[in-house]
Amino acid sequence: MAQKEYAGKMIDIDDNGYFVNPEQWSREVAQAMAKENGEELTDKHFEVLEFIREKVKNGESLTIRSIGKSGITDVKGFYKMFPGAPLKKATLYAGVSKPSSCV
Amino acid sequence: MADETKHPLKKVLMICAKGSLEDVLATLVMANGAVMEGIETKLFFTFFGLDGITKKRMNKLHTATVGNPAMRMPGGLPFPTLLGALPGVEAGVSAMMRKQIDELDIPRVDEFLEMIEAGGGEIYACKLAVDMFKLKKEDLADEVKDIITIGEFYEMADGLQTQIIFT
Repeated sequence: MAQKEYAGKMIDIDDNGYFVNPEQWSREVAQAMAKENGEELTDKHFEVLEFIREKVKNGESLTIRSIGKSGITDVKGFYKMFPGAPLKKATLYAGVSKPSSCV
Repeated sequence: MADETKHPLKKVLMICAKGSLEDVLATLVMANGAVMEGIETKLFFTFFGLDGITKKRMNKLHTATVGNPAMRMPGGLPFPTLLGALPGVEAGVSAMMRKQIDELDIPRVDEFLEMIEAGGGEIYACKLAVDMFKLKKEDLADEVKDIITIGEFYEMADGLQTQIIFT
C-alpha cells in the first residue's frame, strides 16, 4: 500500500490519494494536505470536514446537497471554500474515502 | 507507440430538448455532475425541454405512460398502453416517480437548477422555442441566465477538451 508523509506522519493512501484509514487523520495532516495545493484551511473549513467525517462514520450518504443543508455553509459557499471539485477535495482533506455519490 | 497522454474534459455543453421528468432529470444529473467535477458547464433548454425551466411546470413534470415500452407495473409486469391512457394514470405514475426520486435524495428540478447555478454552471433558454411557446423571461426560472440562439450557444463551445451532449 502506498504511503505519503503529511505533517511528519506517514499516511496510508489509495491510488487516488484518499485515506485508507480515517483514524490517521488530524487537523495538522489536513492543513498539510491543503498547503500542497496552496490553500489554507480555516475553522469553517474544519467544521465542514468534521461534518463529512461524521456522516461517513455513520455510513450516511454524502452529497453536495447534504453539505448545503448542514447549516455550516450553503452549496455556493461550499464551492467557494473548496474550489474546483468541492466534494472530491473536501473528502480528500477530511481523510475519508473517495465519494461515490452522483449528486 | 500510441500516445497515452490524457486530456480530461474541461467544458461540457448540454442540450435538453425533451420535457419528460426523466429526460430533464437526466440532463440535470449530468450537468450537476460535471459542475461537481469542476468542469465548466452550460445548459441549453429548447422545445419541450423548456418545461424543465418554466416556473409553472418544472416541479410537475410527467413521465409518459403511453408509448413508453420501458414502463412497468410495480413488480415488473408490463404496463398496458391502454391503462396508461386512462385519465389520471399518468399523473399518478408521475407522482410516484417523483416520490421515488426524492427518496434517493435527488433534488427537485428547482433545487437542482439552484445547485448548478451555485456551482458556477450556466443555464440558457432557446430563443426560437421561447418565441414559439410564447414565453417571457419572467416565466422562466430565476437561474436562467439568458435567452439565446443556438448559434450563440455554439460560440460557447470554444477551446479544447469541450463536448456537446444532446439529451
